Amino acid sequence: MEEMLFYDRMQFAFTVTFHYLFPQLTMGLSLLIVYFKWKFLKTHNEEYNDAAKFWMRIFALNFAMGVVTGIPMEFQFGTNWAKFSELTGGIIGQTLAMEGMFSFFLESSFLGLFLFGEKLLGHKLHFLTGFLVFLGSWMSGFLIIATHSWMQNPVGYEILANGKFVLNNFGALFTNPWLWPSYLHNQAASIVTSSFVVTGIGAFYILSKKNLAFGKMFVKTGVIFGLISSMIVAMPTGDLLAKNVVKHQPVTFAAMEGIFHTEEGGSEIVLIGQPDVQNKKLDNKIAVPNILSFLTYGNWDQEVKGLNEFPEENYPTNISGLYYGYHIMVGLGTIFIGMMFLALVQLFRKKLFETKWLLWAFMFAMPFPYIANTTGWYTAELGRQPWLVYNLMRTNAGASPTVSSGNTLFTFLGFIGLYLLLGMLFLILAGKIIRKGPHPQTH
Amino acid sequence: MEYFWYIILVAMLAVYVVLDGYDFGAGIIHLFFAKTEKDKKAITNAIGPFWDANEVWLIAAGGVLFFAFPTLYASSFSGFYLPLMMVLWLLIFRAIGLELRGQIHHPMWEAIWDKAFGIASLLLALFFGAALGNVVRGVNLGMVENGVATQEAHYFFLPLWNESFSPQAEHLGIIDWFTLMLGVIAVVALTIHGANWIIFKTNSELNTKLKDVVFKLNFVLFALVIASLLIWHIIEPQPFHNFIQYPFLWVLPAITFTGLFGLFKVKSFKKDGYGFLFSTLFLLGGLSSTVASIFPKLLPSTNEINPSLTVENVAAHEYGLSMGMAWFFVALVLVLIYMVVQYRVFKGKMDDVGYGEH
Repeated sequence: MEEMLFYDRMQFAFTVTFHYLFPQLTMGLSLLIVYFKWKFLKTHNEEYNDAAKFWMRIFALNFAMGVVTGIPMEFQFGTNWAKFSELTGGIIGQTLAMEGMFSFFLESSFLGLFLFGEKLLGHKLHFLTGFLVFLGSWMSGFLIIATHSWMQNPVGYEILANGKFVLNNFGALFTNPWLWPSYLHNQAASIVTSSFVVTGIGAFYILSKKNLAFGKMFVKTGVIFGLISSMIVAMPTGDLLAKNVVKHQPVTFAAMEGIFHTEEGGSEIVLIGQPDVQNKKLDNKIAVPNILSFLTYGNWDQEVKGLNEFPEENYPTNISGLYYGYHIMVGLGTIFIGMMFLALVQLFRKKLFETKWLLWAFMFAMPFPYIANTTGWYTAELGRQPWLVYNLMRTNAGASPTVSSGNTLFTFLGFIGLYLLLGMLFLILAGKIIRKGPHPQTH
Repeated sequence: MEYFWYIILVAMLAVYVVLDGYDFGAGIIHLFFAKTEKDKKAITNAIGPFWDANEVWLIAAGGVLFFAFPTLYASSFSGFYLPLMMVLWLLIFRAIGLELRGQIHHPMWEAIWDKAFGIASLLLALFFGAALGNVVRGVNLGMVENGVATQEAHYFFLPLWNESFSPQAEHLGIIDWFTLMLGVIAVVALTIHGANWIIFKTNSELNTKLKDVVFKLNFVLFALVIASLLIWHIIEPQPFHNFIQYPFLWVLPAITFTGLFGLFKVKSFKKDGYGFLFSTLFLLGGLSSTVASIFPKLLPSTNEINPSLTVENVAAHEYGLSMGMAWFFVALVLVLIYMVVQYRVFKGKMDDVGYGEH
């Protein structure tokens, strides 16, 4: 049983981690493509249209990867988490079925038109199809986060005598206090990823003196979108989300912040430190006093509950993973704001395109928003453990009763092999599109 | 209420079979009949703008199954664990074959993805047919052995095959001679369906040859359908009891045979769309007749201890289902609008459509 649960969890974690690399770019990138196309309609400058078309190629490749790695996610609810599906399907099936009906059809119908229809449709309708693809991808994100939010903070349900969860308030699924901060946080973070990718590739073009005009356009656009979105990620959305965790999952918050014991007279904020779970302390700690109390409650002296206040069986199952996930996310997020701010200052001084070291930094920063988004997702998911539905259903109660660990190990290895292949193909093809650049002839 | 969702679910699966069916068929045609680059181009052009949206019907039907019949979803997805994972991998291979083939122009690269697309299409058709066979044949719900159930009444697990390869063995597998036969029927039917779509959508040089293929394969299909009807009673002693009880259901097999007979005249059709129309009728009639023959069961039990899964005992709760109806209709209207837009923009024969940029 334990072994089976382990493989079920590993397989889900692995497939969802790989999957999420793609939609986090496409959701943000669809917005930037719509922006480029809109700029073209306004200015009639062909370069904006070429920019939109160039990013469309990257988008299409990412989208295809996102779709093929997304289908296993829906399947796994039934194949590996059958008990969970059986008991909660009447509720989370609702939002997942809505995702299929409302967003996937929208995206898939109009992506074809967007990719192949420019000549057939004319520029205005082509812009519209791009906008609909953007709308579909954001709606898809919304319905997934709605499902996720219900697992984090179940609402609108009742539990029958046979253990089944049934919906008794449809509207509650969308007014869930967990939903909106998570959604906006997630969407802003996906704009950060795409901004860094756009800026990074622009920087690559400037530094390699290829496609210079496009390089400058990408860096400028990326920096503006990147600064705004990375600030929104921290304030207000990140802040609201943290306050939600304090309110609904205080034990999770204690583990995230690495607070093993409640401190009287206000909690310090830990900047750096390694949790020693066995001895219940933080090693190598660098912390600033009282800041956490202020950030959490708006009061310098209010105490924040430590892990010692909760029964041990409700501790998150992976305290150090949760702590690191959270701190890596916050740390990287802070660096992103700093980089983008610096770049904007240089842009105003008209020196950004000559500031070589900063362009190099942007080029190498491209993987880091992916890491920040992934660790952010881990923070949410590890934070929910040991629960599948917070406070109501434990993770070990949700796995499929009839699938043996050998079968799951077999498919897990299959996914590893398949996704390694997919990852390699993706890098080769994305590299090819980027090398080719937005324009047949370079400027 | 649950009967309403039952009809929705069956209808969505039927639409999926008709739509993704033609692009599976195109894949099989691609594997066996496309000799030149021009043939290949004609085939992929015929499905290019559509196949992605076609596949969404499977995802959406899966979503509806999850939400309206969660117990069936949980039971069947965990029970058919291995074949479903293989279906997933095949769907992935097929999709990347189609998406990536045109990205690099190198004979080896193109050959690899052509094969991936073709073989995955063939195997998927075989698996989906076998899946239907499994649903008709039933499974050992509750994992009953020697009269004792080892699991909850609706849980089971099937390996890919068993030693005896028989649908009546004590330990069933996914593939036995009965389910394999339905798999082969699916392959033949979808090959015909795909050929008809290509004839309908292109002016390819292949078209005359494909009409010949449809004509010949239709004899095979006809023989297989008759044979399956003859042996059906081994699986289900009273295969026609629903049809005897509700005589209006005979219209479904009538549709099937109309499609089947119509296809024999494929060479004399005035318009290229007629062949596609008849193979669509065959698929719709065949699927709905099969489903109707086991109604109200969704997944029959092969043991006497645990009851079959039926529309009633697997449905979600009333309130959720009725709320779902409201949004479902809004979504359905939107989906139909998208389809009209999509099929209008890419209407007519496909050779002239410029879709170079990718």
